[in-house]
Amino acid sequence: MSRIDERFAMLRRDGRPGLVTYTTAGDPDLARSAEILRALDRAGADVLEVGVPFSDPLADGPVIQRATERALAAGASLRGVLKMIRETRNAIAAPVVLFSYANPICRLGFKGFATAAADAGVDGVLALDLPIEEADEFRSALEDAGLDTIFLLSPTTTDARIQKAAQLGRGFLYGISRLGVTGARDQVASGAEEMVARIRRHTTLPIALGFGISTPAHVAEVGGYADAAVVGSALVALIAEASGSPQLIERVEAYARGLKGACATARTSRS
Amino acid sequence: MGKRRIVAETGAGQHGVATATACALLGLECHVYMGTDDMARQALNVVRMRLLGAEVIGVDAGSRTLKDAINEAMRDWVTNVRDTYYLLGSVLGPHPYPLMVREFQSVIGREARAQILEMIGRLPDAVVACVGGGSNAMGIFDGFIDDAEVRLIGVEAGGEAIVRGRHAARFAGGSTGVLQGTRTYVLQDDNGNIELTHSVSAGLDYAAIGPEHAWLRARGRAEYAYATDEQAIDGFQTLARLEGILPALESAHAVAHARLVARELGRDGVVLVNLSGRGDKDVHTMEKYVAHR
Repeated sequence: MSRIDERFAMLRRDGRPGLVTYTTAGDPDLARSAEILRALDRAGADVLEVGVPFSDPLADGPVIQRATERALAAGASLRGVLKMIRETRNAIAAPVVLFSYANPICRLGFKGFATAAADAGVDGVLALDLPIEEADEFRSALEDAGLDTIFLLSPTTTDARIQKAAQLGRGFLYGISRLGVTGARDQVASGAEEMVARIRRHTTLPIALGFGISTPAHVAEVGGYADAAVVGSALVALIAEASGSPQLIERVEAYARGLKGACATARTSRS
Repeated sequence: MGKRRIVAETGAGQHGVATATACALLGLECHVYMGTDDMARQALNVVRMRLLGAEVIGVDAGSRTLKDAINEAMRDWVTNVRDTYYLLGSVLGPHPYPLMVREFQSVIGREARAQILEMIGRLPDAVVACVGGGSNAMGIFDGFIDDAEVRLIGVEAGGEAIVRGRHAARFAGGSTGVLQGTRTYVLQDDNGNIELTHSVSAGLDYAAIGPEHAWLRARGRAEYAYATDEQAIDGFQTLARLEGILPALESAHAVAHARLVARELGRDGVVLVNLSGRGDKDVHTMEKYVAHR
């Protein structure tokens, strides 16, 4: 049982949805990213998604694009992110999932990357522009290193593809609540619940729902039917806004506590 | 497909103009993404697209050229995929785009083969085309792919020099990578980030090359060279003065290299050059270079 499996099993026992946080590593710099991850962990985040900055983040909206640019300008890279995780891992209880575009991973080579990620204490990896049909070599490299391969599913993903992801995915499946790129929205997408139900028909894996989820109210709503809610752009925007402030870490922690508090009030329909 | 909205990217503006024209003819809504640097240097095509009723959306990210326009077009597409078709302009992107675009562009190869047989009674010794993403080259190569005796030569943009950030010759400075849904040769750094590129021609100023070009090169069926900015400008002027044709600066790279191939082949050699675009759009750029001499 991986650390991700254990965390979701615990949530399931408690009948509560989980909180998955996304932050772009290296924004404002890797040292503060490490502090941010510790703060999110203290606040009770159940999975920490760590975004690897890449020059061409074509699945991301403006907020994460800008964060990526700042991180690259501050010198962050996949190697640097792995080093940061390795140095911080012992201080963090939650599982860590790397969220990366394919090319930085390809550059290290699947095997070399998987070994380095496992060595750093990473628990799972999501390569967001590596389609499941092309992911065999990547997936077996991760599996050999004891890491979970997380797959993304969107509202236009076919049932056949969901089935394949259910078969090959580990840890959890990541559902995109709406079509489009990452970014905070006012409301949770109307088709999100139906989409989670559609995925559920093919899998017993936990389902985390992301894209457009930013407030405690959203988390509570999504927590009613998904196993976890993913909050990214809202946190990244907060980090951007507070990066010059000595209260950066406290504010991130307080925001995450608010989100986690919403999980405590939501009961999953599966419990 | 039932899709009424078209998005496209464009570098030099050729694909944008073609898309805008088709949309005008068919009554479809048309949005063309274009890097702001490219909008400045290919202003004529921007005007043409707008006259044809397209909305041209400037992209101010990264190197403000073709790669960034594709990123933005893809973001639009994934957001609006239910009513929007992405009309990708080169042999790039996720499968099946490279195959579809090659198929559509292959008309030029078929026609060129038939015409040259009619004109001189034999096949050319070499076919030369410029390669940005590589659609015009794939199109003309396709007509000759089974004629093993015909050399297929692609010409990339050598820019100012083969130095990081100052060229777009993927086979001269690139390595295997994944960009925008394609695994191919990519100009990238040690961390897998895509490098900035430079070329005097907007259409060749791109960090990756169509995957089928990488395959043709690996098989040894096609060969690839590059022409620098300077050589392309010379090629432009040579063709203008000798033939009365203003080639696009992209195609001028092919012209420049064709001169070297012709020298190699001697008097009896026949070289077929694909003039993939016209140079009207580049006269401002040319004026600057010519004035500097």
